[in-house]
Amino acid sequence: MRVASRLADGLELFSYNLGLALRNIRRNPVLSGLMVAAIGIGIGACMSMVTVNYRFAADPIPHKSDVLHYIRLDSWSPDQSWQGGDRPPPQLTYVDATALLEEKRAFRQAAMSGASLAVESDRRDEKPFFVDVRATTADFFALFDVPFRYGGGWSDEADAAAEQVVVLGTDVNDRIFGGRDSVGETLTLSGRVYRVVGVLDEWQPSIRFYDMASGGGPGSEIEDMFVPWSLIVAAEVPRRGNTNCWKPLEGDGLRALLASECIWIQFWAEFRDTAEREDYTSFLDAYVNGQKELGRFPRPLNNHATPLMDLQREIGSVPTEAQVLLGLSVIFLAVCLLNTLGLLLAKFLGKANEIGIRRALGASRRTLFQQYLVEAGVIGAAGGVLGLGLTWLGLKGIDGQFEDDLGAFLQMDWKMALVAVVLAVVASLITSIYPTWRACNVQPAAHLKAN
Amino acid sequence: MEFGPIWRASMRNKTGIVLIVLQIAFTMTLIINSVGIVEENAKLLATPSGIDEDNIFHLRSSAYDDDVDARLIIEEDLRQIRATPGVAAAVQTNSVPISGGGWSMGLATAPEEGVEQVLTSVYMVDEHGVDALGVELIAGTGFLHEDVVWNDAASNWPSKVIVSKAVAEAIFPGDPTYGVGETVYIDQNEPMTVTGVVERLAAPWPGWELVRERAILVPRQLLGQSHLYLIRAEPGRRDQIMPDIETRLAASDAERIIQNMLTMDQTRGRTLDANGALVNILVFTVVVLVSITSLGVAGLTSFNVTRRIKQIGTRRALGASRRQILRYFLAENLLFTVIGVGFGTVLAVAINFWLVESFSVPRFSWYWLPITMIGLVAISLLAVLFPARRAARVPPAVATRTV
Repeated sequence: MRVASRLADGLELFSYNLGLALRNIRRNPVLSGLMVAAIGIGIGACMSMVTVNYRFAADPIPHKSDVLHYIRLDSWSPDQSWQGGDRPPPQLTYVDATALLEEKRAFRQAAMSGASLAVESDRRDEKPFFVDVRATTADFFALFDVPFRYGGGWSDEADAAAEQVVVLGTDVNDRIFGGRDSVGETLTLSGRVYRVVGVLDEWQPSIRFYDMASGGGPGSEIEDMFVPWSLIVAAEVPRRGNTNCWKPLEGDGLRALLASECIWIQFWAEFRDTAEREDYTSFLDAYVNGQKELGRFPRPLNNHATPLMDLQREIGSVPTEAQVLLGLSVIFLAVCLLNTLGLLLAKFLGKANEIGIRRALGASRRTLFQQYLVEAGVIGAAGGVLGLGLTWLGLKGIDGQFEDDLGAFLQMDWKMALVAVVLAVVASLITSIYPTWRACNVQPAAHLKAN
Repeated sequence: MEFGPIWRASMRNKTGIVLIVLQIAFTMTLIINSVGIVEENAKLLATPSGIDEDNIFHLRSSAYDDDVDARLIIEEDLRQIRATPGVAAAVQTNSVPISGGGWSMGLATAPEEGVEQVLTSVYMVDEHGVDALGVELIAGTGFLHEDVVWNDAASNWPSKVIVSKAVAEAIFPGDPTYGVGETVYIDQNEPMTVTGVVERLAAPWPGWELVRERAILVPRQLLGQSHLYLIRAEPGRRDQIMPDIETRLAASDAERIIQNMLTMDQTRGRTLDANGALVNILVFTVVVLVSITSLGVAGLTSFNVTRRIKQIGTRRALGASRRQILRYFLAENLLFTVIGVGFGTVLAVAINFWLVESFSVPRFSWYWLPITMIGLVAISLLAVLFPARRAARVPPAVATRTV
């Protein structure tokens, strides 16, 4: 009962203070406006940079990232490690990816590579166009929880038989089939006829996270189409993405690449618990030891099954430029807050008489202090809202500087919005402590003599 | 100047001075730590390519039918392109300067292992290469039609090579003939004779400092399904012939897709957009910050003037001229700003050392320190001019009103 009534008192006092604050702000629109502007600009600059850094470090697939593991084997040269570091090379050879696929030791696994195909229309007047393709194995869709609008992925059997089937992205299904359920229909890709088995629903992770080792950074988008992995060989689907070799190829063409020590394949595995992960790592070690007996893998054992977020920190980490800009934006915010502090001092100087009279009439320092802090909080919140708008503008401005469309990457979410407003209110409260304290220490007598 | 009394007077209002000094110091810190990054990236943006950028464009033509005679297509395409009115020269190449993607190889002066290799970028062209790129040949000669080697494997290098001056200076330092007539070895043991040297030819990667100015031209034509054509238009006719070329190529063979038709401006934009963005963001931030700081300085001085109206009136009543009042506020601001830039220099340099160490941020050129100092003092003085003139207009009569 007593708690409830104290709470009610507190609320009543707060709403009284809030009313006073709003009246004061309205009485002093220019100074209050300047303060809101100063806080807003500072928060806008700072939060733009916080958002950029946050997005670089963000988890692209939060509900599954802990079970997804990127597989790397150290198949590199006997003379030097990969780029002179202690990490294994970022991709696999065809020989190893094929062996890991055949063993099927993980709960789910997928080998993949970027590719490119030309879409040909039956109509002669329509120009053909290239689409980005991912060649991968059947587990891909379950592994990354890919949402489907129509149909689904393909089966292991389709992989094995190199069936000419294709899964379409939403945009390309809109472009070719006008957005209708195209499952079962056929289309000609680079001279071969494919059957549509599925159409994706909207799927927009912030980056092409499964392709981090080969170009899936900020601004990268999910591919337009997906085709079975075995078509890379059976249909000679042209590959895209990084290829690195440490040994000259023996012979020409695709066959030579497949048999070579060149790395160009990404391999992901899903483990349901740590036991599965440990089993898999020992399987990898056993596999590599077996290969060593055949004269491959000249380097010491260095196999990694890296959780997605660890890989992102390692390969796709936040660029130092973004970190430095964040630091500079904090200095920027500090200058804006110093400005606000000066404005507050000016404002309270103008109110010295009023404060003196209120003190003489019996208002305690504590009451006045509370009232002015509520006012500062309101100004801070307004600055935060303005700052949100400026952050949005700032991110648009940054996006406009780049050739790639970073719109999907540079997005604010409700967490960032909340951080912006809270940061603005806290910064405004801290800034106003000193001026408010000084104002409340006004000697009543000095202001009662004249006027 | 009356700095003694000014200092003692300002010590009675420490908050004012602290606010101005901190704002100036932080502003200086941000400017100084931005200029190094801006300088470095502006330099990258301006990387000279050595080619006739104003008139060059390029495009990629890809056949998607796999059983075609690539050599036939390339020769026919080039014949078509070169016959188009307005085209000065054209060539099929593997890569374009400043485009971000290309080949790099090592060159050595002997075919043995263990000889030091000079890394360079490689452009594969035919006898029209020098003309199509619009590069300046400063020694030797270009390629002849019979020099060109056609192949689709990663071996069989031709017997001739044209090098950029930077490559010549790296392989044959101090040679006044830039090594023309000498033999260099590519891919460990394939010999090539240096037949010519060009003044400047940039690599595809402006950010790779070692190789930035190193490039070689080899008379070699890669076969394959996808062909990159680089075309130099007659001066001023580039934009007019770009659509002509596209229509001609599209009409000549329907089984192809033409992509990435880009001018060199666009190519630069694509490769260096992040550098441009960084420069623009930092310059914008500095301009906004300097405006905010000068507004803040003006505001604080204005606040000081209001607080001291009676004091000013008293000084005026005791005989001080308007000029003296004006000078007082300017001198006070000068004092604060100088303390601010002094403190700012220490802070900026300390933070810069840390940034250079931990984030490998480029170091700024030292002359930015005095430039920034003088600039900030000037801007700060300008900012107080308005409130100082308000102070100078305070009438002596104010002193006689109330206490």
